[in-house]
Amino acid sequence: MLELGLFYIAATVSLISTVLAVTRYNAAHALIYLIISLLASAIIFYLVGAPFAAVLEVVIYAGAIMVLFVFVIMLLNLGQSGDVAEHVLLRPRMWIIPSLLCVILFVEIVYVLQSSESLLNGVVVGPKEVGLELFGPYVLAVEIASMLLLAGLVGAYHLGRRYFTDVRDVPTAQPLAAVSGDDHE
Amino acid sequence: MADYIYLIPLLPLMGFLLLFTTLGNLPKALVALVGVGSVASSAMLVLLTALEFMTLREPLSTTLYTWINVGGFSPFVSFYVDGLTLTMLSVITGVGLLIHIYSSLFMLDDKDYSRFFSYMNLFVSAMLVLVLADNLLLLFVGWEGVGLCSYLLVGFWHEDSANGAAARKAFIVTRVGDTAMAIGMFLLFVHLGTLDFAPMTAAAISQWPEGSPVLTIACLLLLGGAVGKSAQLPLQTWLPDAMAGPTPVSALIHAATMVTAGVYLIARTHDLFLLSPFALNTVAVIGAATLLMAAFTAITQHDIKRILAYSTISQIGYMFLALGVGAWASSIFHLMTHAFFKALLFLAAGAVIYSLHHEHNIFKMGGLRKKLPVAFWSFLIGSAALAALPFTSGFYSKDAILLSAYENAWQGPLLWGIGLLGALLTSIYSFRLVFIVFFGEVKTEPSKPAGWLMAAPLLVLCLLALVGGFIVVPVMDVFPAATGPAHDGLIAIITPAVPIVGVVIAYLIFLSHSIDISPWTDSKIGKALNRFWFSHWAMDWLYDTFIVKPYAWMADVNRMDIVDWFYNFTADVVRFLHEQTTQSQTGQLRTYAGVMVLGLAAITAIAFFSGGGTAP
Amino acid sequence: MNEAIVIPMEHGLLLAGILFLIGLLGVLVRRNIILILMSLEIMLNACGLAFIVAGAHWGVADGQIMFMLILSIAAAEVSVGLGLLLQAHRRFGSLDVDQASRMQG
Repeated sequence: MLELGLFYIAATVSLISTVLAVTRYNAAHALIYLIISLLASAIIFYLVGAPFAAVLEVVIYAGAIMVLFVFVIMLLNLGQSGDVAEHVLLRPRMWIIPSLLCVILFVEIVYVLQSSESLLNGVVVGPKEVGLELFGPYVLAVEIASMLLLAGLVGAYHLGRRYFTDVRDVPTAQPLAAVSGDDHE
Repeated sequence: MADYIYLIPLLPLMGFLLLFTTLGNLPKALVALVGVGSVASSAMLVLLTALEFMTLREPLSTTLYTWINVGGFSPFVSFYVDGLTLTMLSVITGVGLLIHIYSSLFMLDDKDYSRFFSYMNLFVSAMLVLVLADNLLLLFVGWEGVGLCSYLLVGFWHEDSANGAAARKAFIVTRVGDTAMAIGMFLLFVHLGTLDFAPMTAAAISQWPEGSPVLTIACLLLLGGAVGKSAQLPLQTWLPDAMAGPTPVSALIHAATMVTAGVYLIARTHDLFLLSPFALNTVAVIGAATLLMAAFTAITQHDIKRILAYSTISQIGYMFLALGVGAWASSIFHLMTHAFFKALLFLAAGAVIYSLHHEHNIFKMGGLRKKLPVAFWSFLIGSAALAALPFTSGFYSKDAILLSAYENAWQGPLLWGIGLLGALLTSIYSFRLVFIVFFGEVKTEPSKPAGWLMAAPLLVLCLLALVGGFIVVPVMDVFPAATGPAHDGLIAIITPAVPIVGVVIAYLIFLSHSIDISPWTDSKIGKALNRFWFSHWAMDWLYDTFIVKPYAWMADVNRMDIVDWFYNFTADVVRFLHEQTTQSQTGQLRTYAGVMVLGLAAITAIAFFSGGGTAP
Repeated sequence: MNEAIVIPMEHGLLLAGILFLIGLLGVLVRRNIILILMSLEIMLNACGLAFIVAGAHWGVADGQIMFMLILSIAAAEVSVGLGLLLQAHRRFGSLDVDQASRMQG
């Protein structure tokens, strides 16, 4: 039963850190909470029998993708002024309506899930099975994903250039001295 | 065999294309060469076809290609030459060629010389397609083509808005008939499944008993088309106004060829009409009524071209009468002789008009006999043929028609009487014209006499008008053999004598003034009758009052277009809704996302709570 | 560990749903573009979790493969999104997403 306990602990950590992540005023803090949430998810993946996905979650999600956010936050170098600006942007009463909507969806999810009781069968699906499946029936999806990543690469490179002129024919707003080489692929 | 038939209409068409696309940039000599040459080469080919036909003594036909192929409907573009077609071809290209030669001088001073010849060539081409077609649909193409050319040429001098109005009138009035004809064609196709003449006739004979209502309706609708094109009652009002076009146009289109298309149509579909006695009798009645009305009107007119126009209506009335009494060959015979002498009359009138600087009023003419001998003799011969004086071409054809009318089983003597009265009037008005214009004292000095290019066609047509009666029309294989009219002694004498009486009357009234008709014409009734006839039995007034004015009134009332209200209302509603929904486009990303979530929640709720729940 | 634990599937899916809703809430509430992107990541991750749990229910590899595809989508989305973010910051001098509301229609 230790594993079952681990599952609930990881789920709790995940929920708490996610809530904290979306409520922080400081983007860097929010990012750290998000990473914690992702690591907790990785533990859950491992526990339900998907070790390969758990590894990917840690290496790619929590590692690579989150590092991009870190880079960007460092590039923007908002510092203390960012926190102040965030207080202007995030006002408490803005939570009311979105929360209401989410509660409705939550009720619906609970309604759907309560009507059935079934257990996971507890089989571990290792990297080998995943690999065989991935390059067997799913080979087309892999190709499409590769094309998507290529498009992302090109898009990011294009958008990351510094010498964009403004549509209003005003030269680039401010020089942003700290910004250098922002192709983060 | 017959491989070159397609060239007959194609050559004038190419002439048209050449003249039309060069936009009048060619020198006039070259324009004349192309315009006349294309028709001349067509005429040569017709001659060749005639020789072949005479040798083989059977119809020629050639199929060019399948025009459309939709379901069971696949009309061919194919040509068919039998005796009837050959007669029409000869008239069109022969008279057409003479008139083209004549026009090359008559129109020389016109700035749109090239445009004139391009339209004329297009007309000849369309008319040839009309008579060559071996199905109703292709015939209809030529039919509409000649209608278009008629419109273009009536309004040729379009700077004058009156000419444009005349052109529109001609176009719209004939369009009424064309619509009827199109509906008739649809009806025939729906019931018979084909529009080719031979299979259509066979199917009609096998499918319908004599006098079947559907066939009668179809025939009457075809007759509607013929009536519109041939200017018969009740659609004849456009023809006198069509004289607004140049005189050669009046000669070629509105006298010799196009207006006889209706006669040709009925002759071509005579097997259908034979199955429907009612339709056939209607044809006869229309012909008789028209010829009489037009003859009365012609007596009162004083525009030289209008007199000829009414006489054309009247003579086509004779052709319809002949068709109606089953004298098909006589009708086509009269069509041919009429083409000769009416073209002659119009061209001679054109020569007079040309020399008198576009003077149309006959009471301002006079004593032109010595000044314009060619025109005088042409006019005299033409009028003699028109009045059917013995031994002219018109005599043979009209005599045959009247005798056949007398023999007709249905109201024969009555139709004969009407035709005879018409013949009397014809000779009176035609010689009234001759006596007033060419005798008496000179009222307007003619200036330029016509050149030889105008004189030569006149002379040829004089010859044809005189001896045309001896030409044997090769149509005996086309039509059912008519029992030759038994020459009742008295009838056979009265019929040719009447025109001579008419000439004498005209002489007494208009030349020697032995009979003074002024007490009659000055009396109240005489004046009223004169006015009534002069306005062509008030037909124009009737149409104006009962059709044109109400229509114009409706158009005026409907200036805001009531039907459009409905559509505008739809558009307004859409625009209103558009403006409302535009309000939701705030550009706020979060609003968009929120609405999306709301929609998601709603759809999920509907899916779960309505469809019995898809919950696992 | 060769034998995975046996937990109720509904709890895993419920966790995924709640994570998804939290991410959604973040997208709806936050005006800072960085935080919106992070919230999107949360939502994507929640989807991945749902796939993994469902795959584990039947003991097949498809759930993990779907997760990997989601991972690649997330990577592409983040790289483009962050590029856009930098451009937006240069143009508007702010990370407020409502600044971009000029793009109406």
